[in-house]
Amino acid sequence: MAQTKKDMLVDPLVDNNPITLQVLGICSALAVTSSLQVAFVMTLAVTFVTAFSSMFISILRNQIPGSIRIIVQMVIIASLVILVDQVLKAYAFEISKTLSVFVGLIITNCIVMGRAEAFAMSNPPVASFIDGLGNGMGYGLILMLVGVIRELFGSGSLFGMTILETVNNGGWYVPNGMLLLPPSAFFVIGLLIWGFRTWKPNQVEEREYKIQNVEAH
Amino acid sequence: MEGLISLAVKAIFVENLALSFFLGMCTFIAVSKKISTALGLGISVMLVQAITVPTNNLLLTYLLKPGALAWAGFPDVDLTFLGLISYIGVIAAMVQILEMILDKYFPPLYNALGVFLPLITVNCAILGGSLFMVERDYNFAEATTYGLSSGFGWALAITAMAGVREKLKYSDVPDGLQGLGITFITAGLMAMAFMSFSGVKL
Repeated sequence: MAQTKKDMLVDPLVDNNPITLQVLGICSALAVTSSLQVAFVMTLAVTFVTAFSSMFISILRNQIPGSIRIIVQMVIIASLVILVDQVLKAYAFEISKTLSVFVGLIITNCIVMGRAEAFAMSNPPVASFIDGLGNGMGYGLILMLVGVIRELFGSGSLFGMTILETVNNGGWYVPNGMLLLPPSAFFVIGLLIWGFRTWKPNQVEEREYKIQNVEAH
Repeated sequence: MEGLISLAVKAIFVENLALSFFLGMCTFIAVSKKISTALGLGISVMLVQAITVPTNNLLLTYLLKPGALAWAGFPDVDLTFLGLISYIGVIAAMVQILEMILDKYFPPLYNALGVFLPLITVNCAILGGSLFMVERDYNFAEATTYGLSSGFGWALAITAMAGVREKLKYSDVPDGLQGLGITFITAGLMAMAFMSFSGVKL
């Protein structure tokens, strides 16, 4: 195997991040990041589902007929998601209410399907498990980053604990309410992508149209 | 009737699936480079949404809800935990059936939609629509209206986005922001524009 296990785990964190480079799983990344606690639970849930679905699909990969593989994958993923959903409802009811439909939507999260299709179908179980874990963590990394920015500057707290004392509570910080609203998630991720690509210039996309420099001619 | 109209307007503008709940974002970003393909995808999403949300509503009312199986002699059975797996099953089956019907009776439309139809199964907007229907406890008429109008809202958003991006590709964007980055910022601006509808009271 060309890649070592460590590479497979670390690679999706920055170099091949599912959100900023592969453009997978954006839906939930935007929706659940207005508070860090929720983002953290979501990260755990997605990492769990991605890792185990990759492993199970990889175990079954030689038995699954090609023509119905999507349905088989869906059933495996959906069963795992139901498991997560029931556990959350039992032990963390408040958070499960905040996450509302987004736990269910892990089923259609493209990261899970994408890794199952692209990696688990052609690799052994342990490698698939690690790949799933790495991708789940890469997804989580972005989620937590966005969560930190949005919660810290939007409501002056982290994990619900006050960091910047807000004006309403007699402090000095005027919270930026905009960051708690949906559109800000787009801006924060857009800027994060900009940051990532400035740091790693090989991720920059080709321009479709080049602007000619007229004066130079 | 008035309730249904206000529900429809709310689902199209105020609670737009793409721009305020971020559903179907993967396809929203990936397929919004040209207006014509975006429109094709938008129409298929609308079609599938309008079929699956009411179907899942029937499934919920007559099979899954606590006490829903009373007609079969099992008044104490609660199957709601099977919800997720049945909804996705219905969606996958409906997409497959729709694909076959279009192929047989409307070949031009089938060819125009092409690869987008099977992809709709994994579009979170579709499953999201059904889950919202369950969470908000819609009845059959409301579910039908919600399915149709939320699909229309999604189609509207992706078509508008494609319109912006067609112009955007001629502009001089900083290197790191090229492609994905600027698309996100544009989507953010559009989401802000759509938020202004939230003041509309019906």
